[in-house]
Formats: sequence, C-alpha cells, structure tokens
Amino acid sequence: MQDTVIESKAPTAKAVQAERTKKTTKTESNAMNAKRSPTEIAESITETVGKPLAQNAKLAMRDVNVYYDQKQAVFDVNLDIAENQVVALIGPSGCGKSTFLRCLNRMNDTIDICRVAGSIQLDGMDIYDSKLDVVPLRARVGMVFQKPNPFPKSIYDNVAYGPRIHGLVNRRADLDEVVESSLRKAGLWEEVKDRLESPGTGLSGGQQQRLCIARTIAVSPEVILMDEPCSALDPIATAKIEELIAELSQNFTIAIVTHSMQQAARVSHRTAYFHLGRLVEVNETEKVFTNPDHELTEAYITGRFG
Amino acid sequence: MTSPNNSKPLSKQAALVQKNLAKRYASERRFKAYGLASVLFGLCALLVLFVEIFGGGLGGFKTTQVALTLELDSDVLEVYDATNPDEILSGNYTGVIRNALKERFPDAAGRKEKRALYSMISVGATYDLRDQLAKDPDLLDTSIDVWVLADDDVDTYYKSLSSVPYAERMSDKQQQWVQNLIDQQEIRTIFNTRFFTGGDSSEPEMAGIRGAIMGSLLTMMVTLLLSFPVGVAAAIYLEEYAPKNRLTDFVEVNINNLAAVPSIIFGLLGLAIFINLFEMPRSIPLVGGIVLTLMTLPTIIISSRAAVKAVPPSIREAALGIGASKMQMILHHVLPLAMPGMLTGAIIGMAQALGETAPLLMIGMVAFIMDVPGAINDPATVMPVQIFLWSDSPERAFVEKTSAAIMVLLMFLMFMNAMAVLLRKRLERRW
Amino acid sequence: MESSVLVIAIFVLGIIAFVVGRSRSVAISQNVGGIRFLNSLPFYYGALTALWCAIPSFLVFAVWSLFDDTIIRSTIIATLPAEAADSVGGNLNLLFNQIYNVSVGAAGSDSAPDYMVAAAQHLHSLQAISRWALTGLVLACALSTSIVVWSKINPQLKARYQVERVFRSFLFLCSSLAILTTIGIVVSVLFESIRFFSMVSPVDFLFGLEWSPQMAIRADQEGSSGSFGAIPLFTGTLLIALIALIIAVPCGLMTAIFLSEYASSRIRDIIKPMLEVLAGIPTVVYGFFAALTVAPFIRDMGLNIGLDQWLPISSESALAAGLVMGVMIIPFVSSLSDDVINAVPQSLRDGALGLGSTRSEVIKQVVIPAALPGIVGGVLLAASRAIGETMIVVMAAGLAANLTLNPLDSVTTVTVQIVTLLVGDQEFDSPKTLAAFALGLMLFLVTLSLNYFALHIVKKYREQYD
Repeated sequence: MQDTVIESKAPTAKAVQAERTKKTTKTESNAMNAKRSPTEIAESITETVGKPLAQNAKLAMRDVNVYYDQKQAVFDVNLDIAENQVVALIGPSGCGKSTFLRCLNRMNDTIDICRVAGSIQLDGMDIYDSKLDVVPLRARVGMVFQKPNPFPKSIYDNVAYGPRIHGLVNRRADLDEVVESSLRKAGLWEEVKDRLESPGTGLSGGQQQRLCIARTIAVSPEVILMDEPCSALDPIATAKIEELIAELSQNFTIAIVTHSMQQAARVSHRTAYFHLGRLVEVNETEKVFTNPDHELTEAYITGRFG
Repeated sequence: MTSPNNSKPLSKQAALVQKNLAKRYASERRFKAYGLASVLFGLCALLVLFVEIFGGGLGGFKTTQVALTLELDSDVLEVYDATNPDEILSGNYTGVIRNALKERFPDAAGRKEKRALYSMISVGATYDLRDQLAKDPDLLDTSIDVWVLADDDVDTYYKSLSSVPYAERMSDKQQQWVQNLIDQQEIRTIFNTRFFTGGDSSEPEMAGIRGAIMGSLLTMMVTLLLSFPVGVAAAIYLEEYAPKNRLTDFVEVNINNLAAVPSIIFGLLGLAIFINLFEMPRSIPLVGGIVLTLMTLPTIIISSRAAVKAVPPSIREAALGIGASKMQMILHHVLPLAMPGMLTGAIIGMAQALGETAPLLMIGMVAFIMDVPGAINDPATVMPVQIFLWSDSPERAFVEKTSAAIMVLLMFLMFMNAMAVLLRKRLERRW
Repeated sequence: MESSVLVIAIFVLGIIAFVVGRSRSVAISQNVGGIRFLNSLPFYYGALTALWCAIPSFLVFAVWSLFDDTIIRSTIIATLPAEAADSVGGNLNLLFNQIYNVSVGAAGSDSAPDYMVAAAQHLHSLQAISRWALTGLVLACALSTSIVVWSKINPQLKARYQVERVFRSFLFLCSSLAILTTIGIVVSVLFESIRFFSMVSPVDFLFGLEWSPQMAIRADQEGSSGSFGAIPLFTGTLLIALIALIIAVPCGLMTAIFLSEYASSRIRDIIKPMLEVLAGIPTVVYGFFAALTVAPFIRDMGLNIGLDQWLPISSESALAAGLVMGVMIIPFVSSLSDDVINAVPQSLRDGALGLGSTRSEVIKQVVIPAALPGIVGGVLLAASRAIGETMIVVMAAGLAANLTLNPLDSVTTVTVQIVTLLVGDQEFDSPKTLAAFALGLMLFLVTLSLNYFALHIVKKYREQYD
C-alpha cells in the first residue's frame, strides 16, 4: 500500500530533485537573498526539499491545494505523517499551516467558502472521497484547538461526551474507566478527580487545554491534530502539555502546529516548514533546527522574519 | 488504492464507531427533517395567508355597474335650473333611476318586487348622477345612457357567478333580472376608482379607503416628526454623553422594557392622559400620532443607538484630536455617518406604527368617519382600524373590501421595508 | 393670533434673533481684531440669542395654553345665574359644552336661553382677550430676552459652552422621555385601578370565577353590581398564549437552527426575508385571517370528526386564535434564537465537531445547552408578546368568559376585555370602565416582569460569551 504511494510518486526522482534544489539554494542563498525577497523565493517554490515522504505513513497528503473562494491558501503540498510520529508544522503567521491542519480531519468543511483539492489518505483511505463520512473520520482523527474550548458542562461530561455520542461504551462503569484513563493520560486526573462534576469552564487555562486533550483522546483516535495548543497558555502549563505530547506520541500519531520553534524542537520527530502556503522543507527535527536545507527555513529559524 | 476496501482493517474503536453510525444518522436525519418541517410550516402559513387575502381581495378593486337609460326629466327631478347649486342638491335623482328601472324591467309587479328591483341600484348612483348634472347642466331634459353603480348584493352575486354563486341575499326574481342583464350585456365590472377616492361608508359598494389612507398619513407624519428627532437625540445622549450611573441604567432598563410592553397599554396611557386629563379631542391623528410615538420611540432609540455605536471610535478621536467640541464632533461626524442606520430604524419603527391598531382603538380612532381628514385635528381613522371595522361589518361585500384594504396596507408596508433594506444596503457599502 | 400662527411667529423670531446675534458678534469682533479673538464662533452667538429668544417665550406659550381654558371656564361658570346649573341637573361640563356650542354657532344655538347667549358672548370676549394677552406676552418675552442676550454679547461670552449645555440638556430630556412614559403608564393605569378597587374588592377581582361586567351599566338594574372575577380572563389568556407558544417555540427554534446550521447561504438569503415578511404583517391582518379562514376551518374539522359529542365547539375557538398567534410569533422566536445560537462561540462547535459529532449532536448537546439561557429569555419575551397581543384575539376569540381548558371552546382574554370595555362611550366613574384599567394594570405588571426577567437572562447570557 505505502509502497505504491511512494513508487507512484517516484521518490527517487523526487530525491534527486530535492538534492538539486538543496544544492542550488544552499550555494546561491546569499547571492539570491540580495536579489530576491522571501516572498519571491516562496512563490517560486515548486518542490519541497528534505524528506516529505515516509515509509509507514499514517496520513499521506498528495498535491493538496486549499482555496478560500478565489484565494489560494495552500499550494501543492506533499507530506507523509508516519505512525506514532509527531510532526510539527511551523512557519510565519498566515502561511497556511493551520488551514492545512484543519484539512486533515475535514474541519474545513465548516467553512463554506473553503475548497480542498488533491488527495489526503488515512491508512490508504481517501478522506476527501465524496462518499466518505466525516463523523467516523473525526472519531479517528481528533483535534485540539488553539483556544481551550471545554463545553459548558461538567469535567466528567466533557470527557465522556465523545464516547457517549459514538456509543463506545455501554455501561456507566466502563465510561468511568474511560474518563479516568483519559484524564490520567492527559495528566489532569490528580488535579480534578475530586471535582469531576464541577464545570469544565471553571478550570485554569492550562487545565482547560488538558481537559480538551483528554476529551479528544477519550475517543481513542488514531491521529491527533493540535492547532497551536499552547498559544493561550503560560509557560508552566505549556511545559505540562509538551510533556503530555511526548507521552501521547507513544500511542498516537500527532500533527502539531506551533509558533514556538523551541516547542517544535522539543516535541516533534519531524518538522515541516510552511511559507506563504508552500511546504518549503520537511526533515528530521534536529536537522531542521541545526542544518536546514532551504534558505527560507534557515532565515525563519534564525529569526530573520516571522 | 483510494478505495476503502484496500485500506487497513479498522481498529476496534473505529469499528465500534462504525457500528453506531446508522442509528446516529437516523437521528440526524430526523432532526434535520424537523427543521425543514418548521421552515415549511412558516412558509406555508405565509402562502395560505397571501393566497387567502389576495384571492379574496382582488374583487375589492372592482365594482359592478348596470347600464340604464335615464330620462333626466326636469319635472321628475324637480330641477328646473341645473346651474343653481341648491336645486341640484335637492333634486330627486332616485325617482329618475327608479323610472328607468321600471322601464327596463316592466315585469316587476307589486310593491315588494318593485322594492327588490330598486334595491339593486346603489344610492351612490344618485350622487354620481347629481355630480354629472352639476358638471354638465345641458343634460337636463335629455335622455342619457349611463353605467350606474349596482348595489353590493348584486355586486357580490355577480362576481361570485364565475365560481360558487353567492345568492343568499338575492331573491329569485333579482337573480333573473341579473341574468337578463348579463344576456343583454348590460352589466359589467370595472376598476373601482371610488375605493381610492372615497371615504368610509356604510354601503360596501361606496366605501373607500382614501379617508383611512389620509388618516394614516397624517398620523404617521405626527409620529415621524415627534419620534425621529426625539429618538435620535435620546440615542445620542445615551451613547455619547450619558454618565455611567444609576439614572442612565434606569433609562436603559425603561427603554428596553417599553420596547416589549404590549401596545394596548400605550392606548390606555393615551386614553387616561391625553383624552381624559388633557381633554384632547378623540379620534384625531394628533393624539394617535403622540401615542404611536411613545410606542415606537424605544424601537427607534435602540436602532439609533446601534447606528451610533457602529461609527468607529477612530473618527471621534480624530475630530476631538483637532479640537472639535463634543457637540461639533457629534453634529459633524457621528450623526451624518450614523444617519442611514438611524433612518432604517425609523422606517422600521414607522412600519410598525402604521400597522398598529390596538392603541388607536383606545383613543377613539374607531369612530365611523365618512369625511376624508385634511388636518391633524380632524376626526380620522387609519388603515388598520378601517380594516378592523370592515372585517367586523356583517355585509358580505365588506369581506373583499377588507382584503383589498389589507392589500393596500401591505403595499405601503412593503414599500417602507424595501426602503429600509435599500438604506441598509447602502450602509453596508459604506463600512 | 391663533396658536399655530404664534408658534410659527416664535420660530421666525428665533431665526431673526440668530441672524442679529450672529452679526453683532461679527461686528464686535472687528473691534477686537477679528473673529479669532472671540470666545466662540459667530454661529454660537447667533444660536445663543435664538435659544434665549425662543425657549422662554415658548414656555410662556405652553403654560398659558395649558391653563387658559380652565381659567376661562371657571370664570364663565362663576358668572352664570343659578337657574343655569339647575337646567342641566348640576352637570357643569354639559352646561359649558352647551355654551361653547352656542358660541361657535353650532346647530340649535338659535333656541338657546338668553343667559346662555350672554355667557357665550362672554366666552367669546374672554377667549379674544386671552389670545391677545398671550400674543403680547409671548412677543414681549421673546423680544426682551433676545435684547438682553444681544446686549451681553462680547468677546468673553462663552457662547459655545452655553449652547452646548442647552444641547446636552435637550438630549437628556429626550432620553428621559422613556422614564416619563413608564411613569405615565404606571400613573394612568394605577390611578384608575385604585378607583376600581375602591368599588370592587381586589380579592373578588383576582380570585373571582365569574366575569360579567355588562350588568353594571345602570345602577337601578337587577344585579347591577356586576361580577368582576378575572380568573376566566386569566385562564383564557394563558390558554391562548400557551397554544401560541406550543406552535411558535419549537417551530421558531427549529427554523433558526435549520437556517443557521443546515441551510446553504443561498437558501438562507431567500427564506429569511420571507419569514421576516411574516413578522411585518400587521396583527389586524392576522386577526382577519384567523376569524375568516382558520376559525371556520377548525370548527368544521372538529364537527367533521365528531368531536362535538364530547366537547363544546365554538366558531370563535381558542385554538384558532392561538394557532394564528403562534404563526405570528414564529419569526420573533426564530430571530431571537438565531441571535443566541450565533452567540455560541464557533470554538465550542469545533470542539464537538473535532470529536466526530454529527451536526445534530453538536446542536443538541453543545449549542442548545450553551444557548439555553438565551433561548429561555427569548421564550419569555415571546410569552409576553402572546399575552399582550390584542387584535388577533379581539377578532378571532370570543367575548364569552368561559372558564375552560378546551381549546375548541370560546374563551376571552384580558386584552379583549380591555378593548370591549373601553371602545365606545365611557363613564369614568363606573366600575365597568375602570375594570379595563385594572386589567391593564395586571397586563402591565405581568408583561413587565416577564420582560425584565427575560432581558436580564439574555444580558447575563451575552456577558458569558463576550
């Protein structure tokens, strides 16, 4: 299955191409910077450098283009996310990474003017198949949002909500168990076990976000999408969430959009750099932050723009 | 590879989710169907209402006439000098018409049948004849062929012939006569100009809506002149000047509550304060306008406040920054920018006032008034009250008049709402 | 001068005062070196003069007009011979009206007794004196105040400040009209209600089971006390309002949900204005529709399926009025629900959608619970409207005060009775007329508290998501 994907896209050719791009960009980077603005560079990108593809891809994106009405927000993205891997999506504001992330469980469906072209496959199943049902898809690909958004219900009901609507458990005892284990996995159990019936909105920001994560993992999704989960949180809460992501990565496949490069460096295995809707570079996280292949990536991580 | 069959086997959880899907989607479909049913119910109600009103009301714009040959004999008329207004006024036109009827239908025998025959022509025909003679004195002692106004029973019967004949108030003889007229093509329906030029009347075929329209216009004029400036002033005070204190809060609570107080309560206020205490006359547009002003003021204040609020603070700061006083800032910048929004609110408030009936009943605008009012202190009625009065009348012919009057009222309302929508569109373009 | 002419005169004087005041300030500015050495722009000096010219004289005019009739009237009545009062049985109002009719030469004034003709002439002369005195006073006032201000114009006069203070006071007066209206309602309704309750015990009124005020027209009639037990009215009102809400709340709510969550924007753009048309139709039209179409239809339906064996069926059924009222309130409920549903943050919906909820699950389990306070507030407002609605029930519900819960029977409501009792001639000393004000008081209190709570709830709800 996976092999077909890679072969069909001729990875060798791609690698060659990437290699060539890398060379040109690396060698000419200084000279080119003098001549061209980052926007011009980004707009001329046609191929992603680095290693966008993976062997055991859980999610495989091919030629993904996203449009808002007439305006194109994401251009020709090819990317694989391997099983039990954390992929960080970084890039300047407005570069399309959140839009791209929301495509992965079709949350963009809620926006009328948004249109997605290309193929995104979950375990080889095209999620944009017109016959595909988004409800079970979202049960398999969960999402944690930028702003903590607990339902105005009790903590318990927040976590139990997913299992309930999907009919995952039949008995109250099982549900209790799911709630407890999800809260434990989210590292929230000790803090809230005595007040499960109090409203979720009464928790602190960091706790709310962990509650949302617990709510997501209570459905046992295969993939978790995180859209800047720590942007509304203080450093201590952020640290806790990051620890949590590291733990979760043992069981879940995670894609995380983040504005903090440190965070991307800490939590992710691979990092994808977006610029103006183009996927510029994908590589092992360490490589991206020490020796990026593309000049734009380098410019970004060294703080020249962003 | 895109087909799901080739994909990996689903996890246990995913399989469970799949299992419950059918049930969940059934509930989803039911829910959506409820929603659709609700929308359709509302639309159907609208449709039935319109079909009912328009279907019944179109006839109200038409009136039935009968062709008669009238002998304007000065002896019968007792008019010898047709240029003398007094003689014209006291002429015996009924006699002329009755003679013509007797001539036309010689088979009417006995007092009862004759009375039935005479009742087929409206008294309005005599007024028409009088006016015609006054305009053209030379007609005296000649014979003229004219279409005269038929009575409402004939009118109703004749119009209903094409569908289900309504003959409850027509004797067999009368029906024969109408049939005879139809055969001779001496009966017709034409556009009812009297409906738009006449005042109210107890005879359906003569009743017109002009008086009610004028009454409504006068009342609306008073309402607009009072409520718009006051509403705008109040909105500006509350948005730009009002200090944050108990009094301001109290004003706001009052405005919001008044917006939801039943309109009839404003009628009680008008009756007790304006009619009883200030001893203002009943049934006049001035009092009606004041009462409607009090009623619509909250609406206008609320929408004007929204319009003032929508003016960006940057414009205020810019004006103040170059040394404009607060009053200058408001008059030169805030007010012009907020004006389309305020006008929209005012039109909507006016539309609400135009359709209002209950408070006007309280202050006596329900009186039977035949004259078309010309000033704000003439006794008058308004369109919705006229509709109420006609709908209450026992004569069958008033049903279609009522529907026709409703159509006229709805026309006015739609015009006003269309204006509001247009203004809103312009407002949107600006920001 | 006629009143209207006088008002116009004041207005014209104000404009003249503006021009004069403005030109004087310009003239003065020449002496001190130009307009910029004035405290304010010439416009404000003109405006100040105009305001001082028009406002005091207008106040004089208003006060005079308010009291001159009363004063003239008491003067006339005081000078009448004793036989005059006897002739109308001591009813001085009637007497004065007769004199007035004579003075304007109305029909029948030829046969009036001599004293009445004399009084009418007296009335004439007094009115003429009053008019001329008023004219003189107003003009004198306008002139004197403007001259004083005119003479005071100097470069140091803070004209702009004063004009703005007047402007602000005017704005304040306008906004306080809302309070005055409320006070006016309370006073007018309360005052007459107290008179009513001095004749009829409040306990009888609030808890009595029989309503037949028509008996009380003549004092010497059998059963002249009438009975003013308002319970049948209250139950009738509630029955109709309940039917209306049973129709309007689910329909309105589901309509709002369907349009905001399911319908495409194109369909929404078509259907929403159509439903708004429903909201813009005057209630008298609904009343006509209910009485002419719906009520006979329901009666025939009831008779056709043989319901009349068990229940009394009336052609003026509560069901017809309630049904049509429900249709009328649908757009109201729907737009209120639409507001509160849209106030639920998208992030909450996203949260539920991201877990794989179906749309209806998002709505039922997240949106509606979150919007519940707002929806409850909307329902309370709708209830207040249904209770206070007048024309539909006047035209489609009956007058018979039946104490029944049968929706096919005829019931009457508080508003119907207010209209019935007050349309036509009224005597403000009979309990029959005053009962309407007592009912009005009840209506006002109930709707006021409903509105207050509803607005309170909605406001609290809004704050939650702001």
